[in-house]
Amino acid sequence: MIKRIERDRRRFEDIVRGRIKKDLKHHLTRGELIGRRGKELVSIPVPRIDIPRFRYGTRDTGGVGQGPGDIGTPIGGHGHPGASGAGGAGDEPGEHLREVEISIDELADIMGEALELPRIEPKGAESLQSIRSRYAGIKRAGPSSLRSFRRTYKEALKRELASGTYNPRRPVVVPVRDDMRYRSWREEPKPIANAAIIYMMDVSGSMGDEQKEIVRIESFWIDTWIRKHYDGLETRYIIHDAAAREVDRETFYSTRESGGTRISTAYALAAQIAERDYPPEEWNLYFFHFSDGDNWGGGDDEKCFRLLNERLLPIANLFGYGQVESRYGSGQFFNALEENVHADNLVLSRISGRDAILDSIKDFLGKGK
Amino acid sequence: MPHALTPELRALQEQIEEHARAYGLDFFEIVYEVLDWEEINEVAAYGGYPARYPHWRFGMEYIELSRSYAYGLSKIYEMVINNDPTYAYLLAANHRVDQKLVMAHVCGHGDFFKHNFSFAHTNRKMVDEMANHATRVRRYMELHGVDEVERFLDRCLSIDNLIDYNAPHIKRRPSDEEDEFPSAEPKKLRAKEYMDEYINPAPVLEAERRRLEEARRREERFPSRPERDVMLFLLEHAPLRNWERDVLGIVREEAYYFAPQGRTKIMNEGWASYWHSKIMTEKMLEPSELIDYADHHSGTMAPYPGRLNPYKLGLELWRDIEERWDKGRHGPEWEACDDFEARKRWDTGDMKGREKIFEVRRHYNDVTFIDEFLTPEFVRRHGLFTYDYDPASKQYVISARDFAAVKERLLFSLTNFGQPVIEVADANHLNRGELVLLHRYEGVPLKVDLALETLENVHALWKRPVHLETWLDDEPVVLSYDGTEHRTEPRSE
Repeated sequence: MIKRIERDRRRFEDIVRGRIKKDLKHHLTRGELIGRRGKELVSIPVPRIDIPRFRYGTRDTGGVGQGPGDIGTPIGGHGHPGASGAGGAGDEPGEHLREVEISIDELADIMGEALELPRIEPKGAESLQSIRSRYAGIKRAGPSSLRSFRRTYKEALKRELASGTYNPRRPVVVPVRDDMRYRSWREEPKPIANAAIIYMMDVSGSMGDEQKEIVRIESFWIDTWIRKHYDGLETRYIIHDAAAREVDRETFYSTRESGGTRISTAYALAAQIAERDYPPEEWNLYFFHFSDGDNWGGGDDEKCFRLLNERLLPIANLFGYGQVESRYGSGQFFNALEENVHADNLVLSRISGRDAILDSIKDFLGKGK
Repeated sequence: MPHALTPELRALQEQIEEHARAYGLDFFEIVYEVLDWEEINEVAAYGGYPARYPHWRFGMEYIELSRSYAYGLSKIYEMVINNDPTYAYLLAANHRVDQKLVMAHVCGHGDFFKHNFSFAHTNRKMVDEMANHATRVRRYMELHGVDEVERFLDRCLSIDNLIDYNAPHIKRRPSDEEDEFPSAEPKKLRAKEYMDEYINPAPVLEAERRRLEEARRREERFPSRPERDVMLFLLEHAPLRNWERDVLGIVREEAYYFAPQGRTKIMNEGWASYWHSKIMTEKMLEPSELIDYADHHSGTMAPYPGRLNPYKLGLELWRDIEERWDKGRHGPEWEACDDFEARKRWDTGDMKGREKIFEVRRHYNDVTFIDEFLTPEFVRRHGLFTYDYDPASKQYVISARDFAAVKERLLFSLTNFGQPVIEVADANHLNRGELVLLHRYEGVPLKVDLALETLENVHALWKRPVHLETWLDDEPVVLSYDGTEHRTEPRSE
């Protein structure tokens, strides 16, 4: 049975979630959340949830206090007086935002609800079988269909022997409720499919700090969401300007280089990593590429199309291309992809600024791949 | 699961209650339950009542209590509810000395509940009543959906301070007889013609005529007299469905039940602290427990930085009263004496203190208690001050230390339980069935954002436009809500 307080607590948490959902954009695009992991709690300021009443504001009433100090001395901390109970002189609650602690996972759930993201369906039929049940013991409660006659009878017999009501000459054993025994089962999780995300980012001179921050935030939430659906998640990072190289996470977000842009180098490297480390029959592969859409001419676009069509799209669950708007980029690549590459698992998204991050996440993950 | 007292605690309880009775305390039977900290947080979230209707605010309370416990901000729980038998809770993990302290404290509360006049009208079977409320609300939730019932509860709770705190003690509405339809002409006493102008003098007749006139006008208004109990008014006149009416009634009943506790906080906590300190230090304390006791007692009594602790203020006032009546430091002679030395040595040997405090605990509430027993000496000795918000430095600063200011501020925060007085002035405004609430302005404005939200809730109950006549920035205004938008307009006073 659920404890009554649990029910009320859940109701309250639902309300909090509702509040967070309302202002989701603001909460999710706060940079300081980045780097947190699943169960880790973060506090989020939520506007007052208490029930409104006609009452005076503390500022206008002031109050009575006790202690040393001359007139004009600030009285300091205007916090709650603790759990001493409600009402009475001078303990009006302060007027502040309520900090709500919530885990990143929950936040991702809320995001999922708000954006109506479908659950990701890992590819391959076998990977769906993730839990196996086995009969593995005896319990005192259960459905009648699982009642174990032998054990129930044994219990009843034991009880009758112990209480002295057993009559060997007339061996009638009648089980009562306490004697009932039922078979019970255990659920054994089977290893489920793994996923890998390969992020690629254009770090050419035209990608500024703000653009990188957008990429950071967006990839963080994509990461969190995909992680929720797979047991193990590996992430790889590739940066590229005129040439591509694999880097660690720190470098990925912090590097700024100048120079030209050759997107095909990144795609080639990604394909190489994927083919070497993540055989597609065992892995769910995700590629995300962020750029300002300014690619070097001279046939590099065509190289990209070829790489996508031949090597990346066939093995990917999803290939996401996010084009971050920047003052310097021409944004040509988006149109080029749109016209030349057609595939179900290729998703293109324009990110005009921080406010567009959520919509872009919706673009990418809205397909449930 | 609650557990019965261990034999050890049982023995302590008997001992403590025996001492308490010997001091003259008198209480209903006290039933203790021993809980672990999770359970006690749960019970505390429900205000000590084992069965309350489901509502999210209890969940919120629970989260806060659990968190402050986990962070070590609150530890000793003393929770006791006004009921016959009186229920109280002990935290299983507490040390023996804490259990004693809590039990002694609970005896004080039990006595106060039973004898203070404010509680005379409260339902002493409220635990059962609340369980009934819970059942009813739960049934409505099953019938009409949790969301709908909870939303309605929110609205009711939003106005649960708009009750008439004095209603249990006075008669506001006239009886039917006084309210009968007034005749046009004043009744004359029978008199012989030559005596008529002496027996029925013209000024009296005139006054009577005016009174009847006023009564007739009142008759045309609705409500005929301003109604202080807004909840009752809505209960009687708002277009509510039956279940809604019942839920509103439940919230109102509980608000009235809880009101006396808010109105006697200082007295009640002080009284209980006075007695736990007396019983512990004079009777129950073992030498080895002294340090722990002193630590926990002073922890409870410590003033929060810059604010008032009702336990501390109450306790000191009770002690002050006892001392003053023991030494005869009251009455005209004492008031008249302004020789500092003489006052310091003043002792008539009356020894009426104990008798006096028992009398006071019966007949006073916080307002009258402070009004009568707060003295300039007391304010000085305990360093009381008033504080105000200083917009320049954006913080609260000490604004005054003189007796008059402190007393006035304290009384203000206690009168009407520190709540604004708001009444139903007109329920048929402009003959359009609109509701006008009138805020009796005392120089302190309402908090506007909350007032607007509350107005929306009132509208949801009344279902016609609602208006609140109040003051903002020292200007009389009327806040209106018609179901879609808020308007704020100046009005003439």
